[in-house]
Amino acid sequence: MRALVWHGTTDIRCDSVPDPEIEHPRDAIIKVTSCAICGSDLHLYDHFMPGMKSGDIMGHESMGEVVEVGAEAKGKLKVGDRVVIPFTIICGECDQCKRGNFSVCERTNRNGHIAAKAFGHATAGLFGYTHLTGGYPGGQAEYLRVPFADATHIKVPDGIPDEKLLFLSDIFPTGWQAAVQCDIQPTDTVAIWGAGPVGQMAIRSAILLGARQVVVIDRIPERLAMAEAGGAITINFDEESVVERLNELTNGKGPEKCIDAVGMEAHAAGTVDAMYDRVKQAAMMETDRPHVLREMAYVCRPAGTLSVPGVYGGLLDKIPFGAIMNKGLTIRTGQTHVNRWTDDLLRRIEEGQIDPSFVITHTVGLEEGPEMYKIFRDKQDGCVKVVLKP
Amino acid sequence: MRYETERTRRRGHADTATDTLARGLGIFSIALGIAEVVAPRALARALGMKGQEGLITGYGLREIATGIGILASKDPTPWIWGRVAGDGLDLATLATALERDNPNKRNVGIAMAAVAGVTALDVYCAQTLSRESPHPLPPLQDYSDRTGFPRGVEQARGAASDFEVPRDFRTPEALRPYTQPDLPQNPMPSM
Ligand SMILES: NC(=O)c1ccc[n+]([C@@H]2O[C@H](COP(=O)([O-])OP(=O)(O)OC[C@H]3O[C@@H](n4cnc5c(N)ncnc54)[C@H](O)[C@@H]3O)[C@@H](O)[C@H]2O)c1
Ligand SMILES: [Zn+2]
Ligand SMILES: [Zn+2]
Repeated sequence: MRALVWHGTTDIRCDSVPDPEIEHPRDAIIKVTSCAICGSDLHLYDHFMPGMKSGDIMGHESMGEVVEVGAEAKGKLKVGDRVVIPFTIICGECDQCKRGNFSVCERTNRNGHIAAKAFGHATAGLFGYTHLTGGYPGGQAEYLRVPFADATHIKVPDGIPDEKLLFLSDIFPTGWQAAVQCDIQPTDTVAIWGAGPVGQMAIRSAILLGARQVVVIDRIPERLAMAEAGGAITINFDEESVVERLNELTNGKGPEKCIDAVGMEAHAAGTVDAMYDRVKQAAMMETDRPHVLREMAYVCRPAGTLSVPGVYGGLLDKIPFGAIMNKGLTIRTGQTHVNRWTDDLLRRIEEGQIDPSFVITHTVGLEEGPEMYKIFRDKQDGCVKVVLKP
Repeated sequence: MRYETERTRRRGHADTATDTLARGLGIFSIALGIAEVVAPRALARALGMKGQEGLITGYGLREIATGIGILASKDPTPWIWGRVAGDGLDLATLATALERDNPNKRNVGIAMAAVAGVTALDVYCAQTLSRESPHPLPPLQDYSDRTGFPRGVEQARGAASDFEVPRDFRTPEALRPYTQPDLPQNPMPSM
């Protein structure tokens, strides 16, 4: 079959690889009908995230049709079922899964010992996302082996196009969880850094959950326009002082809830005014990558919440923990517990509350995947979300 | 910077520094051009190039045109390359004034050194710009209709308020009153 294969930094190719096979009785194989490139994939593409090996198959946002089911998964899945595959592989039985903390499932990471070395304890297995999280081949491919398939799937009905359902695999529940982590009150201002696909979903979620105002920060005009269409007030961080504007919009008090939908590859503002410089000094900031975390900790209203869906890989420098501690901020973060939310979100899609396909700007064949990685990374051609059709 | 904004006017950029440099060179071009147009005689005298006032005026007009090109165009790259070519012309012309009997040879030397310095900047700027945008970039897409809400934004506000935030995701009770001080149903926490 054909698959997008990681060969090194910014080197992803569409290769011919052996078809996946059932390796364990709980496995299933799906024929992928649609898959997408995620901002998290960019951390691998740019090789900011360690733990990839040449030959690894990319991708963790996939859906399709079940074509083969292992003996132990037969009760839950059958050939022909239409499924979206969550990016977190879950056993459904361990202590964490029982609590709904699926992204820290205790059983599915076959390299748990490596993860435990890095993080203290193991986290769940993920598709196409480094050997720290199990080194499972990903779904930017014609076929995908789904381990623990009896639990790791979201059944979806026929009659709804792939485009509306695909993002149940990751970015829709991720944006949703980011908003849920904020425990949004009707009086809240929710500030969202990053108007990429995750930020876009977080905006829609915060609106649905009834925030008083949603403010989004980015610098790419197309993405800001898309954010505005979804009901957000926009700040272009290249042209305005983020801290100043956020304080202005909140009577000087700062947003109650802040969401980092950017992650470890944040850009620092190109143009900075005096106020912003002062903030930088006060918070001992440098133009480094956890820029967004620093800005959020600084501007958030005391007793507020920092919600961090943005992915970080290791150690961060100069986080103003004094501001976090003294202001009594709550931090909530994590890879998304996808299956915890998807039943509810599928219902909201079916009812027409939301249609996540708004975010798709490019639909191409798998062969064009490598090129699309670059276009998506560089935000060229108005690219916000790429869907691949194997 | 990589993206089109009012300020940078160009797409496909890696940083604003080169943009700023290009704009600086544009302003420099215009200033130098004006000097050449306004005072060709004084310049000719200082460089010992009497009789070449007309040429200097011409060069001044060229500088002004290039400067306007840099500042007004969407993509200054070809104009900066134009400056590089102009620099070559300037240097060649100055070189002709380096004859032994020119009493102002020292001034010519200084002028050539200055032009050489600016040339280096021009070449650097032009090369960086060329590297950054090898292809003309397509225009902005219009996403203003992509609400994501089939029933529109206003209908969507609070539409999911039936959702109950799970206990482990709720804001600690003690922090709530501070975050929503004007909600009467939230009593002040006891100390
Ligand atoms: N927690 C999870 O389970 C989960 C799931 C999916 C994605 N993610 C993470 O979410 C993040 C965003 O994903 P995406 O797909 O939207 O990626 P993306 O790269 O398309 O979007 C990131 C956006 O942030 C903007 N940005 C950069 N620096 C900024 C700054 N200083 N201030 C404001 N905005 C800035 C960029 O312009 C870009 O539009 C990534 O880190 C990704 O790994 C997490
Ligand atoms: Zn993802
Ligand atoms: Zn589990």
